[in-house]
Amino acid sequence: MATAPVRHDEVHGGHGHVEEGWFRRYFYSTDHKMIAMQYMFTGMAMALIGGFFAYTFRMQIAFPGIDVPGFGTVSPNEYNRLITNHGAIMIFWVAMPVLLAAFGNFLIPLMLGCDDMVFPRINRLSYQIFLLSALILIAAFFVPGGAFAGAWTMYPPLSAKAEYGLAPLGATLFVLAVALEFVAFLLGGINFVTTTMNSRAPGMRMYDIPMAVWMIVIASILFMASVGPLIAGAVMLLFDQNIGTAFFNPDKGGDPILWQHLFWFFGHPEVYVVLLPVVGIVAEIITVFSRKKMFAYRTVLYTAFGTGVLSFMVWAHHQFIAGIDPRMANIFTITTLLISIPIAEMMFVYIATLYGGSITLATPMLWALSFIATFLIGGVTGIFLGASGADIYLHDTYFVLAHFHYTFFPIAIIGTYAGVTFWFPKMFGRMMNERLGKIHFWGTIIAFNCIFIPLFVLGAAGEHRRIFDYSMFPELMRPELRAMDKFATISLLVMLGFQPLFIFNFFYSLFKGPKAGKNPWQANTLEWTAESPPPHGNWPELPRVYRGPYEYSVPGREQDYWPQNAPN
Amino acid sequence: MFELLGLPAASTYAKDIDFVFELVFWITAFWFLLAQGILFYLVLKFRKKPGVRGQYITGELKSEKRWITIPHMAVLVFDVVILFFAVKVWYEVKQNLPDAPDKQIVRVIAQQWAWTFVHPGPDGQLDTPDDITKVNELHVQVDRLHHFQLQSKDVLHSFSVPVFRLKQDMIPGRVITGWFTPIKTGSYDIQCAEICGVGHALMPARIVIETADQHAAWIAQNSGVAVASATAR
Amino acid sequence: MSARPIATTRSTSGMPTGRLAVWWVIASEIVIFGGILGSYVMFRLSHDAFATQAAHTNTWIGAFNTLVLLTSSLFAVLGHKAADQGDGPKAARMLYLTSLGGIIFLLVKFGYEWPTEIHHGFTISSHPFWSFYYTAAGIHAAHVLAGVVIMLIIAPMARRSLELHRVELIGVYWHFVDVVWIFLFPLLYIAK
Repeated sequence: MATAPVRHDEVHGGHGHVEEGWFRRYFYSTDHKMIAMQYMFTGMAMALIGGFFAYTFRMQIAFPGIDVPGFGTVSPNEYNRLITNHGAIMIFWVAMPVLLAAFGNFLIPLMLGCDDMVFPRINRLSYQIFLLSALILIAAFFVPGGAFAGAWTMYPPLSAKAEYGLAPLGATLFVLAVALEFVAFLLGGINFVTTTMNSRAPGMRMYDIPMAVWMIVIASILFMASVGPLIAGAVMLLFDQNIGTAFFNPDKGGDPILWQHLFWFFGHPEVYVVLLPVVGIVAEIITVFSRKKMFAYRTVLYTAFGTGVLSFMVWAHHQFIAGIDPRMANIFTITTLLISIPIAEMMFVYIATLYGGSITLATPMLWALSFIATFLIGGVTGIFLGASGADIYLHDTYFVLAHFHYTFFPIAIIGTYAGVTFWFPKMFGRMMNERLGKIHFWGTIIAFNCIFIPLFVLGAAGEHRRIFDYSMFPELMRPELRAMDKFATISLLVMLGFQPLFIFNFFYSLFKGPKAGKNPWQANTLEWTAESPPPHGNWPELPRVYRGPYEYSVPGREQDYWPQNAPN
Repeated sequence: MFELLGLPAASTYAKDIDFVFELVFWITAFWFLLAQGILFYLVLKFRKKPGVRGQYITGELKSEKRWITIPHMAVLVFDVVILFFAVKVWYEVKQNLPDAPDKQIVRVIAQQWAWTFVHPGPDGQLDTPDDITKVNELHVQVDRLHHFQLQSKDVLHSFSVPVFRLKQDMIPGRVITGWFTPIKTGSYDIQCAEICGVGHALMPARIVIETADQHAAWIAQNSGVAVASATAR
Repeated sequence: MSARPIATTRSTSGMPTGRLAVWWVIASEIVIFGGILGSYVMFRLSHDAFATQAAHTNTWIGAFNTLVLLTSSLFAVLGHKAADQGDGPKAARMLYLTSLGGIIFLLVKFGYEWPTEIHHGFTISSHPFWSFYYTAAGIHAAHVLAGVVIMLIIAPMARRSLELHRVELIGVYWHFVDVVWIFLFPLLYIAK
């Protein structure tokens, strides 16, 4: 489309732009950047809660019966409540808002060269519904019976019948919170996909779209296509809980396994929904800090599509021994092992992008590289579990838990730190402190591995999940095993101990950090051509695009980067 | 490998499940070390040096793509090998139900929060007056085929015997059947492997694997009926 | 209310943003209804008792309601045509007729059909068939109601020839609601 760049104030006719009041600006904004911040800060606040829960229940496991500082003693019921809500919070109220909603909202209009999302008011509504869902989840802790304690997977009949679960109101609020969170993200997805399809800068063809945007869009489509059955399931579970229907109640002809299918049909694609945005973020960081064009951009894109499609065909590997027809397991073990191939391919391509580069190990790059290194462990340990024969033994053990923490932690935590340290200058107009960033990085990464490697061993030794105290299982009380649990917990304390460095760095830099220019990293993508931070409307004149996003180190050019909007 | 963890292989198929685990371990260790090694090597080799620019490599050329497609194919081959053994073990443990003239059928009933085990008495049949019902203790005989029937009285539970490498979820309203043949005597943990409420960690059970004589004696002791001459295998 | 961003006015894909958004909403709804109906079909295939219960749904009422919805969709199409031609008042009239169809559908269902079934003891908790029946049809009815409400907001604006493109958008949504019913009707009323 060869139209001239459009002036923001021409179309808006000067808005009649009254200076926005404080409330309108921070709490009722329709600006995509502000909505991104709302999601990000809410997600990070929820991470503090989820992390506190992890601290508490790990203390209980390492030192059974201990009076946990800051919490008190952990009863069996409280333990179940803590692990249930830790899981749900980290996935639905930390990973999704930060990776998908915050980065998606912030980056998509900026990377595409337009002034906002296509439907700003729906965008605002999506955050409001999301916030409501978080409040409902937290409210469950304060109602009679307390919060739900039947694992984040909510399997009935435990989650459906009051007399089994002891927290009937909490269970209802939990399902309601999850369902509302789904609605919020469906609404958010409308904006991501429509804006990317329709509002790109003139000259930006499909293969000129930065990988971060592609991945967030594919993730949104994946979410939309998979969440429906679970929304239906959530309605069914709410009815079972509250009006006596029999969808999942075997006493009245229902089937508990139906819930599992509905849950995991969504649950498996969901892990790719949170993975893909980070894969995109890491792509942006690696290319900038190795000054290299992304290796085989189209391959990465098609691999992402392939992963998305395949992700719909693997779900029952979560249910191998759940009582499904054993013949079905064979199909799912095949598809599950096959899906390791496109993921492996993505990792290979990212490693290949480093070849021949000129690599700077700034803090964002450290995080991006550590994502690859740690996610590799998560990926290969998935093979143990996808092989149905081995899963007979490994299901419900800490091996599973260590596997998914080696995927989720790189995704939710490393991915977040990578993205925040990279785009902080653009978001807030200041630079974060490199030295603090590096200390925080090493402390976090080393401690993280020390937490979860022992858990693989413990899982293989027979330690089962969701057990608050192993003292009733003599084979698990061996001192070597207890020592490993203590080591893991102490490593968690160390890791948590390093996080204040990031929090301090973040807030200090926010107010006192050195001012960042428009493009401190000398990157190509459009967001780096806007002011830091970008004003309402992003640019006074919207940009036009002339090339792809990864033209680094182009031979014959003086500079080793070539912004997308530079005419030559 | 599991001996290192102090976990004996006490059923006929435990070693087969262990084999799949170990196979995956060595294959994934190889790929993992290779990928990590290359990652670290490249990061170190291509550190920014003064005056040296990055190279412009698109990855679209066939010669470049080969670096991805060849490992890609290799991963596929290894996956197929793993699949073969995984499916083989799966079939053996979960799809196949072997039979033997002297098989024992035991019923395992889980509830919030205890296990009830119903053993056939001296007559070798379940659901007869001489059945032996025990709470939280399952007695079986070494080298003898056992079929189990799993039932739940309330919520989902899961019958897990780590030394057998066996696990099977239990669903209220259904009877799920499976099998094992113990090959090692001793007394071991039984765990519930599906969160079943506040007492999920408080329902341990023990499996007691006895020799033919020990088992016959136990039956005699518990059913109060004279022992018929047991055909020890 | 702030003015539309430039982003909303662009159309790189060729499709106007409003229409893209409606198709996105429909796609997500298809998966939701697919989940409920898929579960229902799986249940039905493995439980013979379902057929016994299903015999008690009122096929004539189901058929009447199907006719009502299909007719209302016809009016939605006529409304779209009028909007395309710029005839705001006519488009509005057609939308009012469409929503009338929706209202009749709801009145028949909630005013007669369900009360009768409940009176005969076929409540939502009496049998899994009825759990599915009321849940699936209920969620569908909620979508009918939402559609009627939205139409009653768009129609007065259309009469003043404002935002005429929205007539098409709500029409697309309404056809979707119709199509869901076309799946529900045989599953709940005819398969006996």
